[in-house]
Amino acid sequence: MNEILEFLNENLELIYILIFAIFIGVELIKNVPSVLHTPLMSGANALSGVVIVGAILVMLEAKTTLSLILGFVAVVLGIINVVGGFAVTDRMLQMFKKRK
Amino acid sequence: MSIILSIIYLISTVTFVIGLKLLGHPATAKKGNLIAAGGMILAIFGTLFLHNIENVPVTNYILIGAALLLGTILGWIIAMKVAMTKMPELVSLFNGFGGGSALLIGLIEFNKNVGLDPALKPSIAITTTILSAIVIGSITLTGSLVAWAKLNGSMKDLRLPKYNLINNMFFIVLIAFSAYIVIFNTDSFILVYTLLIASLIYGYLFVAPIGGADMPVVISLLNSLTGIAAAITGILYGNMVMLVGGILVGSAGLILTFVMCNAMNRSLSNVIFGAFGGDAAVAGATGKTGGTIKKTTASDSAVLLNYANKVVIVPGYGLAVAQAQHIIHELELLLTEKGVDVSYAIHPVAGRMPGHMNVLLAESNVDYDKLIEMDNINPQFPNTDVVLVVGANDVVNPAAHNDPSSPIYGMPILDVENAKHIIVNKRSMNVGYAGIENELFFNQKTSMLFGDAKSALTELVSELKNM
Repeated sequence: MNEILEFLNENLELIYILIFAIFIGVELIKNVPSVLHTPLMSGANALSGVVIVGAILVMLEAKTTLSLILGFVAVVLGIINVVGGFAVTDRMLQMFKKRK
Repeated sequence: MSIILSIIYLISTVTFVIGLKLLGHPATAKKGNLIAAGGMILAIFGTLFLHNIENVPVTNYILIGAALLLGTILGWIIAMKVAMTKMPELVSLFNGFGGGSALLIGLIEFNKNVGLDPALKPSIAITTTILSAIVIGSITLTGSLVAWAKLNGSMKDLRLPKYNLINNMFFIVLIAFSAYIVIFNTDSFILVYTLLIASLIYGYLFVAPIGGADMPVVISLLNSLTGIAAAITGILYGNMVMLVGGILVGSAGLILTFVMCNAMNRSLSNVIFGAFGGDAAVAGATGKTGGTIKKTTASDSAVLLNYANKVVIVPGYGLAVAQAQHIIHELELLLTEKGVDVSYAIHPVAGRMPGHMNVLLAESNVDYDKLIEMDNINPQFPNTDVVLVVGANDVVNPAAHNDPSSPIYGMPILDVENAKHIIVNKRSMNVGYAGIENELFFNQKTSMLFGDAKSALTELVSELKNM
């Protein structure tokens, strides 16, 4: 229990940021027209690929063969999520732009 | 961490917020996506070149570079090659990859602590974080893969008897098991790999009973989970861009999930535990439908359309599956040439994916002004001569208005039964995704044009050309 309180105390700033980020996320999405839901979901999916940063950090620190292999796969999967996600979103939105 | 890298992360985070904001308006969406992508590239290269980890072997850099290159090429090819109709499942596949990445990071971090001196062992908080990354990452990985397989038709719904009970028990065991590992702060490989496998199985069990129709909602939910997994790994490294980016996606994805549920007039728990097409739908199916249906041919339908003043097309999932978006546009142009007033009625969840029909029809250059949303088109149906329903079912089912026992009761629908004639193109009399009969098909004004949307419409177009 003490350890949990200590953790909360040490990371108080983090928790503030967390809570504000949750509210920003909600506010950003709340009033989006339904036409844009699919591209928006796709765009948010691309953003969740930010996990790639962690994969790169893990790879930089990797010392054993096992962690190098796992890290390699993690980076590949993460970057597919990022590149594929943004590219697909762009393709979807391209279609909205055509008719003006 | 260098100050420059911190500033880069700050900039990236801001681009994510701005990107999401711009994605919410049709005019700025494309720009928003590019801005967010730019922020992501900045974060990736910043991490790569400005990190403060010492003595990184050159092999590691080479491997990272190779992995980035390989993944970029793969991601790009998949994204460019896939047909527009396959978009929802593709998003799910990519999302699963993100989850897989998070789970691998968790696994590596755990392995690092194996065999450490007890004095050097990570705190409970860190172990919790690592385990959460593994559990959530695994659930999103298999869950998204199941959703992907269901949408592309290679997997059917699987419902074990009492699956809700089994799934919930499984989930509780999963949590208890994680808690055990944390409390005893064990570094046992076997326990963690058991947890990993159990989480993978849970992801499968979680999505397997949910009907294909509800997959978009599930994908959005899993997307939110990937965001949370990213944020958790962000806590692990005290990395702000991962933390804030992940949480943004987490909360945005969750809200989007609720918005989608609202459009279908369902609650999230109903989607997850209700399993549309299960017991409730059987009750609805035995309702008051029945009677005779009227079959029609392409030539008869062509005559009807040719002499109409006002035609409304109702596109649905069947149109998307048959890839008939180009031929429907051809039909629309042909009729317009003949002086018929043609428009499209777009139900918010037509195709069971909000905005799915807009994306599809836009692909075949249908004029934006011709796509009319439900609330605006409904009052026009009484003045409409012919409604052509192409591969839509539940969104035109009058049971939503007048059968309280129906599982879709209360869902807003397109009131096509108010039109003078209704032509329904369907492959067969099979029920729609909700698994319920549609009394519209037995309506006196309705005639059924059976066949695959693409071939039926092609026939219709050639008949019309001969007139």
